[in-house]
Amino acid sequence: MTKLSDWHIMGVLAIAGLGLPFLAPGLITQLSFLWLMVIFALTWDMLGGRMGYNSFGNILFFGIGCYAAAVVQRDAGLPYFEALALGLALGAVLAVAAALLFGAALLGIRGHYFAIGTLGLGITAAEVAAGWDYVGAGSGMALPLFPGALGQREFFFCFSLFAVAIVCFLFLRWLYGTRFGLALNAIRDDQDKADAMGLRTTPIKVFAWCIAAFFLSISGGLAANMIGFIDPRDVAFAGATFGVWMVLMAILGGKGTLWGPVLGAVVFHITQELFWTYLLGWQRVALGLLIVVIVVFFPQGIMGWIAERRAAREGAAS
Amino acid sequence: MSVMLEVREVTKRFGGVVANDRISLTVTQGEIAGLIGPNGSGKTTLFGCITGTLPVDGGEVYFEGQPISHLRAGPIARLGLLRTWQQTRIYGEMTCAENMAISAREAHGGLISLLKPVPAATRIRASDLLAFVGLHEKRDERGGRLSFGQQKLLEFAMALMNEPKLLLLDEPTAGINPTLINGLIDRLRRANAELGVTLLVIEHNMRVIMNLAHRITCLAHGEVLAEGTPDEIRDDARVLDAYLGVA
Amino acid sequence: MLDNLLLFVQFPPLAVDVVVNGLLIGAIFALAAYGMALVWGVLNIVNVVQGELVVLGGYVTFLLVQWGMPPLIGVPVSALVMFGVGWVLYRAIVFRVVDRDIFISILATFGLAILIQQLANLSFGADVRSVDAGLGPLHFLDGMVTVAWVKLIAFVLALVAGASLWFFLRHARLGQAIRATAQNPRAARILGIDTGRVYAATYALNAALCGAAGSLAVMAWTIHPYMGLPYTVRSFMVVVVAGVGNVGAVVAAGLGLGALENVAGFVLGTEFQIAFVFALMVTILVWRHLRAARRREHLK
Repeated sequence: MTKLSDWHIMGVLAIAGLGLPFLAPGLITQLSFLWLMVIFALTWDMLGGRMGYNSFGNILFFGIGCYAAAVVQRDAGLPYFEALALGLALGAVLAVAAALLFGAALLGIRGHYFAIGTLGLGITAAEVAAGWDYVGAGSGMALPLFPGALGQREFFFCFSLFAVAIVCFLFLRWLYGTRFGLALNAIRDDQDKADAMGLRTTPIKVFAWCIAAFFLSISGGLAANMIGFIDPRDVAFAGATFGVWMVLMAILGGKGTLWGPVLGAVVFHITQELFWTYLLGWQRVALGLLIVVIVVFFPQGIMGWIAERRAAREGAAS
Repeated sequence: MSVMLEVREVTKRFGGVVANDRISLTVTQGEIAGLIGPNGSGKTTLFGCITGTLPVDGGEVYFEGQPISHLRAGPIARLGLLRTWQQTRIYGEMTCAENMAISAREAHGGLISLLKPVPAATRIRASDLLAFVGLHEKRDERGGRLSFGQQKLLEFAMALMNEPKLLLLDEPTAGINPTLINGLIDRLRRANAELGVTLLVIEHNMRVIMNLAHRITCLAHGEVLAEGTPDEIRDDARVLDAYLGVA
Repeated sequence: MLDNLLLFVQFPPLAVDVVVNGLLIGAIFALAAYGMALVWGVLNIVNVVQGELVVLGGYVTFLLVQWGMPPLIGVPVSALVMFGVGWVLYRAIVFRVVDRDIFISILATFGLAILIQQLANLSFGADVRSVDAGLGPLHFLDGMVTVAWVKLIAFVLALVAGASLWFFLRHARLGQAIRATAQNPRAARILGIDTGRVYAATYALNAALCGAAGSLAVMAWTIHPYMGLPYTVRSFMVVVVAGVGNVGAVVAAGLGLGALENVAGFVLGTEFQIAFVFALMVTILVWRHLRAARRREHLK
């Protein structure tokens, strides 16, 4: 894909992101969740797709963002927006600190040990939060009411999440163009080789996780306020939903490609909303089935499939 | 001429098997040293011990006078001691040009220095080195799609891109089309003479190593069997015995 | 937390009670862990749906008791039913991910786990279920240590199952075929072993072990639709510590985990017991990594 068409797609998306809330106010919550999904898929793909570290634990950082915002907004005694800003900042600091700590410990582990280890990390966080009274234990936490007029809340969080998604996308797009991006790919393709060629693989891996942690925690703080309520297992550290969806969306779109995660998030989110609308009661079963089907039958993803088609056509032409 | 690499009585065991038994050898700056020996004599194991991929059980390795046997692969590579693999290791999903770009010496730097695009000078050097090994037309091809021999050449070019002081090559001609071997010998010599890279080469092809190396060490059963110039090694009865299996 | 720890010192029989009950529960973990070791060793996949197979086994026994059968019949019946379920799962889904990237198999079996969770939730509801085996408790040390009969039976059955598995792998024809396939599938194929059938049988055998474990779990403890993942992680942890090929070590690690978990649940409070299980797994992985890194090695 050339640079020009990249900007074209971004232009169309920007217009959609800014215009749709006004044109179709009924869809605004779905649209907000869509941007959240885009952030999920983009940040997961940095490790899973670009670096070859398939994490089931990225939800940890989202949850830290949720809880940091909720606690600050409850206890700081500041006006709404000041408290929100402070909560987001604190969440980001805590999430990055967690990424540094756990990254240094876990990112040396490879393959399925890393996947299961990070899964354990996410669930540990959920269970600790579910037993910890200071953060509301199993009953979760409610967030303060949005001060603006009725309906403004949805607009505010929709545009905020949209902005985070855009910044995240542009940042990663720039990052993948630097030597750092190449270093991530090198680690994915052969980490022992990368080590033996003198790359400082550990700081590179930990830094990548910190970036993911930063964007996830910000989106967590915003999402918590948008939803208005957090629950340890079903919202903040929702490993079996958000945590798996991250992986699934990146795979569905195409791992390790720039637009794959975005595309995967859009397709997945729409499918999921349709399930919720038309498969009442069975939507979660259908989602489980969808995971199996995508992983087993479509692991190359949409972008991979397009590339295969293109290669086949060129092969036929030449 | 100063000693660049000194291996002093290095021992490496795998369970009960002694793969390297008190091996000592030296490589002098600027030379091309050869390492030969029958299959299973411990050559590749020794490479692993020197470059930090295997823990040593005894002895010490000095690189430019500094003990390195406690270091891991990364720091050793950053000192300027690099290896290639018998089965070749390249970044399969990246293009040849990307493989080269990330192998440049600047990539050793910290995070801040990595957060920059690949400089034009590096691209030009990468392109020159790809041309040097004859892979220039393949520069936009994915590494994993190259033939085994081409991957071997790419790995060699990547190593040169890293500007090592000492390069350990594990069977550089294995799997290379025989008609291209002379060209490869010539490139190894030029890398040594023009780029100033000291070489330690494991090789099974006797014609190649006798032509290439200034000095040869022969291992057998994990021990140093003989050492000397190619002519001395050629005439050494023990070396012949080791290869032909005459007791 | 410290108070609870002090209780152990002031009142030693309590400590014995907690540890013994933990050891007995650990037998159930060991049973599920044999299965995981088997599938891991032979099919080279990490079966994330392991815990859901345990839970399903528990529901089979639960249903039988509802229909008026004696609870202990549930152990063989659950094993048998789950053998069938395992065979079908393998033939329908799992065989497609056997030779693929290990992450694909993790994700696919994770998807299956979510699917089964949800189906169980729809069919049996989200309530916590248990079955009274009707055997009553046993008392030791003047009644200060109480052990349910069914836990003792579970313990013995788990040991018997482990021993028969070992015997089966050594001496039965299918067992030998399984070991041959585990060591070198290509060579096994060349020698005329139908590796597809061996894989299916291995997976089904694993499901049967899980079924028995689940049946014992519903009698000795409780089940509900969402408690599969902890069983998966316990099995994983046991196999990581004990290795794939050592039945004795699996038993020891399973029992140890049971005891450790029960003590932790008592000291930290039961609300943190699951957190402890998962945190312990992460700790074990990190510790193993650090140990390997000192030796210039990596966990693959």
